[in-house]
Amino acid sequence: MSIKEIQEEIIDEFSMFEDWTQRYEYMIELGKSLPLIEEQYKTDDNIIKGCQSKVWVHAELEGDKLIFTADSDAIITKGIIAILIRTFSDQKPSDIIAADTDYIDQIGLKEHLSPTRANGLVSMIKQLKLYAIAYQTQLN
Amino acid sequence: MIQTVFDILTIRKDFPILNRKVNGEPLVYLDNAATSQTPKRVIDTIVDYYSRYNANIHRGVHTLSQEATDAYEEARNKIQKHFNASESHEIIFTSGTTHAINLVASGFTSLLNKGDEIVVSALEHHSNIVPWQMLCERTGAVLRVIPMDLEGKLVMKEYHNLLNQNTKLVFCNHVSNALGTVNPIEEIITAAHKVGAAVLIDGAQAAPHIKADVQLLDVDFYVVSGHKMCGPTGVGILYGKEAWLKKLPPYQGGGEMIEEVTFEKTTYADLPHKFEAGTPNICGGIAFGAALDYMNGIGFNAIAQYEHELLEYATAQLLTIEGLKIYGTSTDKTAVVSFNIEGMHPYDIGSILDKLGVAVRTGHHCAQPIMDFYKIPGTVRASFSFYNTKEEIDILVAGVKRAKAMLE
Repeated sequence: MSIKEIQEEIIDEFSMFEDWTQRYEYMIELGKSLPLIEEQYKTDDNIIKGCQSKVWVHAELEGDKLIFTADSDAIITKGIIAILIRTFSDQKPSDIIAADTDYIDQIGLKEHLSPTRANGLVSMIKQLKLYAIAYQTQLN
Repeated sequence: MIQTVFDILTIRKDFPILNRKVNGEPLVYLDNAATSQTPKRVIDTIVDYYSRYNANIHRGVHTLSQEATDAYEEARNKIQKHFNASESHEIIFTSGTTHAINLVASGFTSLLNKGDEIVVSALEHHSNIVPWQMLCERTGAVLRVIPMDLEGKLVMKEYHNLLNQNTKLVFCNHVSNALGTVNPIEEIITAAHKVGAAVLIDGAQAAPHIKADVQLLDVDFYVVSGHKMCGPTGVGILYGKEAWLKKLPPYQGGGEMIEEVTFEKTTYADLPHKFEAGTPNICGGIAFGAALDYMNGIGFNAIAQYEHELLEYATAQLLTIEGLKIYGTSTDKTAVVSFNIEGMHPYDIGSILDKLGVAVRTGHHCAQPIMDFYKIPGTVRASFSFYNTKEEIDILVAGVKRAKAMLE
């Protein structure tokens, strides 16, 4: 699936929820299902700055695609990063770089986050794109 | 209903913000240790200042300047009276507690030598740690830390062991922002003075709940923020004994702090202006005075009694939640409950509470050493004020239960 298709799928899923409780519960479920990052990658270098809870992200190139793994010590944050990983993992770096992230606004994620968490979300997206840029450079 | 010594419903009407909704729910504001809410009387004072007599102070010959100067100095007198300072010029207006601490730390640069010792408590927040670390870097002085125990109390025996002839300064908060512990500052001050050390007490978390008498305490410096005691942000005070304030060099240059300037030499103004360079937060100072009037109108004894009842009720109710642990269990506490639920991150609980209209603080509360001591990333902190109610605590407890159910 392309990034765009995954984003549309996520927008569809979130449109079914009637209130914030359901959205939060879904994010918590997503957080619980997030594949954990390998312990060796939970280093200070892999912590995303700007998140008040800790978020670790690791990126690895497999063939021409980038695989992200992540973890957080807070479950809602974990849910957020799970949504991002579902969108951007197993994609080509060039596609990740080119992808827009308007779907975050469309699923109402930002409005359900405190400003600090919303800033953290922006930091997470920025970090995933930075990984993509770095690996794209390697591929070139 | 808690037996109150004042009419809580009347008091709540003084705070317009308490009528608003957050995320569609009535606001339950329990983040008072971060900042308190502002009564209409203080808001009116701010509006009145900007509507009628906004002008720069001390230098103008015109009527507005004189009115603003009079109101500002009247506020200083009110603060002097409130804290029972012996002279109004011992009250220095600052932008807040952090500014006041930095002012003193800066002043001591020229008074310390390599090998001098500074004692600081383990219960401090960053504003009362970092300026002293910076002072140590500048002077070669050494920082010593009074340890804390699991209840969140200072280990006083260790404090006494730390004191010696090299101890030049002791710094401690009156009340811990993260845990609510009331520290034994009388004992701290007396013991420090015996070895000739000066003492600065950070009263930011105490002043909204306890009326400190600086002469009775015999404290050298006492600092507070206006916004934690029903006043506006951006204003606070440094109380300093006259002898110390005369000894300390000016903190910043310019404006009101000069007496005479030539390119050869500048002489400095007398206290308090020596430490009040530039145009101060005039409106903030005046409004801070109005806030003190308001709180004194209710009475600090009544406030303390009522808030203690809120604390006991909240503690008992929260402890009914399985897996909930309270950090800071000293018997001498202000109305702060800092807690976690086993296996859950404080941010998750705080985020869900916010959706329910309940405002609490989550995180390390700018007191990372305390969190490191307990080996936790942070806590959920509910801090109460005299305008909170038992019913609001019920909403908090129900919210925590709901968050727990969602996160399990």
